[in-house]
Amino acid sequence: MKFISSYRDPKLAKRLHELIDQLVSRLERQGVSRIKIMNFCGTHEHTITYYGIRSLVPSSLDLIAGPGCPVCIVPAGYIDTAIKLAMEGVTIYTYGDMYRVPGSYESLAQARAKGANVKVVYGFMDAVRLARNEKKEAVFFGVGFETTQPTLASWMVRDAIPENLKLLLALRLTPPVMRYVLRKSRVDLDGVIAPGHVSTITGAKAWVFLSKEFNVPTVIAGFEPLDVLIAIAEILRQKLHGYSRLYNEYGRVVTWDGNLRAQEITDKVFEVTDGYWRGIGLIPSSSLRLRDKYASLDAIDVYGLKIEKGIDTRSGCKCNKVILGEAKPTDCPFFMKACTPAHPLGPCMVSSEGTCHIWAKYGGRLLLEKFELE
Amino acid sequence: MCLGVPARVIKINGDIATVDYGGIMKDVDAFLVPNLKVGDYVIVHAGAIIAKINEKEAMEMMKAWSSIMEELKGEI
Amino acid sequence: MMHERKLISLSHGAGGKEMGELLRELIISKVKMSGFEEGIGLEDMDDSSTIPLGDIHVTVTTDSYTVNPVFFPGGDIGKLAVTGTINDLAVMGARPLAIVDAMVVEEGFPMDDLKRIVSSMIHTAEGEGVALIGGDFKVMPRKSLDKIIITTSGIGIVSREALITDSGLRPGDKIIVTGTIGEHGATILALQSGIDVGGTSLRSDCASIVEAMKIALELGGVHAAKDPTRGGLAMALNEMARKSKVMIVLEEEKIPIRDEVRMYCEMLGIDPLYLACEGRAVIGASSEVADDIVQKLNKAGYKDATVIGEVRKGREGYVLLRTVVGGIRIVEPPTGELVPRIC
Repeated sequence: MKFISSYRDPKLAKRLHELIDQLVSRLERQGVSRIKIMNFCGTHEHTITYYGIRSLVPSSLDLIAGPGCPVCIVPAGYIDTAIKLAMEGVTIYTYGDMYRVPGSYESLAQARAKGANVKVVYGFMDAVRLARNEKKEAVFFGVGFETTQPTLASWMVRDAIPENLKLLLALRLTPPVMRYVLRKSRVDLDGVIAPGHVSTITGAKAWVFLSKEFNVPTVIAGFEPLDVLIAIAEILRQKLHGYSRLYNEYGRVVTWDGNLRAQEITDKVFEVTDGYWRGIGLIPSSSLRLRDKYASLDAIDVYGLKIEKGIDTRSGCKCNKVILGEAKPTDCPFFMKACTPAHPLGPCMVSSEGTCHIWAKYGGRLLLEKFELE
Repeated sequence: MCLGVPARVIKINGDIATVDYGGIMKDVDAFLVPNLKVGDYVIVHAGAIIAKINEKEAMEMMKAWSSIMEELKGEI
Repeated sequence: MMHERKLISLSHGAGGKEMGELLRELIISKVKMSGFEEGIGLEDMDDSSTIPLGDIHVTVTTDSYTVNPVFFPGGDIGKLAVTGTINDLAVMGARPLAIVDAMVVEEGFPMDDLKRIVSSMIHTAEGEGVALIGGDFKVMPRKSLDKIIITTSGIGIVSREALITDSGLRPGDKIIVTGTIGEHGATILALQSGIDVGGTSLRSDCASIVEAMKIALELGGVHAAKDPTRGGLAMALNEMARKSKVMIVLEEEKIPIRDEVRMYCEMLGIDPLYLACEGRAVIGASSEVADDIVQKLNKAGYKDATVIGEVRKGREGYVLLRTVVGGIRIVEPPTGELVPRIC
């Protein structure tokens, strides 16, 4: 896949780096002292920190990680419920990301150490295969946004789910929380880097409201380092010329309408409801649940579960502010003290996509400024 | 939020496709993307193909930005 | 929250931060007699410990092998049980002399598999000129362990002045790795997550590094060495930086990773720097000899041996990486278990 390497080409990256510097200095000459760009999605946050992009852009430009981590925002009550089921002998299949996130008291990984039958799977397809082979009572802990939802629905519409496998679902929708952030958060954003793989399903059209209603320059970007650098440059160009529009940088994968078949299949299986987001609160029409036709698959009905309101964040933990981009991990008193990747306090530190975890692991800009490298 | 990895379709049987991640072969769900052909480049997320990759589009994007950088270089 | 008894978890054994903390709290801080005269002792947590005798050091090490599956492309638990231990001796600059091994086998384990493992052990030891001078053998009831565990202890000797530790890095030194990284870790993780490795070129790099270390040491100027097993290059370099009280800056472009291993890591969302190598050495050498060492290694068949970074003064104990697009990031020691991610 030759074209991939060009999206990591050091020479092109250097020229984009220079272009960004030049655009920022021209904005500064227009009196703009601080530029705030939100990268909504956790996987973009991973690209930004994995490739050290924050150390490449001028210090007056903030790349703020948004609430786009499907693991961080799952309410603690769901994890407590999954652990309760696992301790009662039901096999729980979970994504690797969800494995170490703490519920109110412990994580699925810690429950496994006490004998709970917890298995990490790469995809729902593996859970279906394992459940069919092992023939034991099992529940798949399904979390995720619009990208992941059709990968679950695709098996339900084909009635390919073995009798012994049920689903505990905490699925969320991304445009509603982005709308919430723009309304509620006190951060006035100069631009948004919109999620790439969600958009392959929803289509670019799902994000047009950002520029139309909130006139925020918006770029749908891919996940290679150059995709993100191009997205930053495009946002700066729009700001420099004083307009805002939706720009689809990830055109190689994202179309205007998206994956209509996936949308149709997801809609057949799920219906939209209000949803609670850990660290944020209740957001209307931001969650999916199984339609009546598939109620027999819902672990909550089958096991008569009640999702209690767990302890979502320890007191003093700033995860809810970090998730909304109102605070940086380094603004939190616990960051890398009581709260570290080895002993996480809040959801943003545990999940490998969480802002605090990524800053702790790959270092936020502040940590790097202390190193006199050049 | 959604790790998607490029791969090439090398075999299709029914709703399951075998894809090649550049040396690593894996069976994935192919139900979500209609009329897949062997040789297509696709994005795979959590064990399912969610979209095709349009290589031509990838090249054009890179060309577009190379020219933008050239044009601005003149202005510095 | 009612008081809960603390329990051992898988991450305590994953070679990362939790394991370091546990060993310091549980053992190292409690043991008074933790070294023999000025030899390398328990608290150094180096790859081997040493007993100084006259003008030599006797190097001693022990390791237990629980790899699952037991047979894998590139090796098996028998071969690994020998190379893993003699490599821990080799990175001290020592010549491995002998090993003793203790085997615990599960009731019902197939006899011909055991034969294959033992002959692989003997073949590997003799191939390296290392004597197998003793051991122990036990069988435990079905289900009380997972197939087989082999613990191998090794003894070697090195002259006083030729002794190398993992805490001798100096600012200005170059960091050399003797081959491509992440091969063993990627292969085992692929097999454990049910990926058919047959059709791929994924294979463990399980091999002895005794010869590679000999070549590297011939020119002098080697200040530190370590073998990056559990926790991978990230763990090894963080240990070396912390103990040597220096900062290490790596160049991502220079780190040799085979495309297939890189693609596999991207597929599962795992950083190859954290995957185990079982046939590689990480060497810190002065900048005058580093390039000659690499050339000699390349000529001797270690074609991927290369300089991947350098040692600097600055924030002690930090490992930094300059990425392919010119950015800088911190390489943290690993925490928790390695699990695939979707986001």
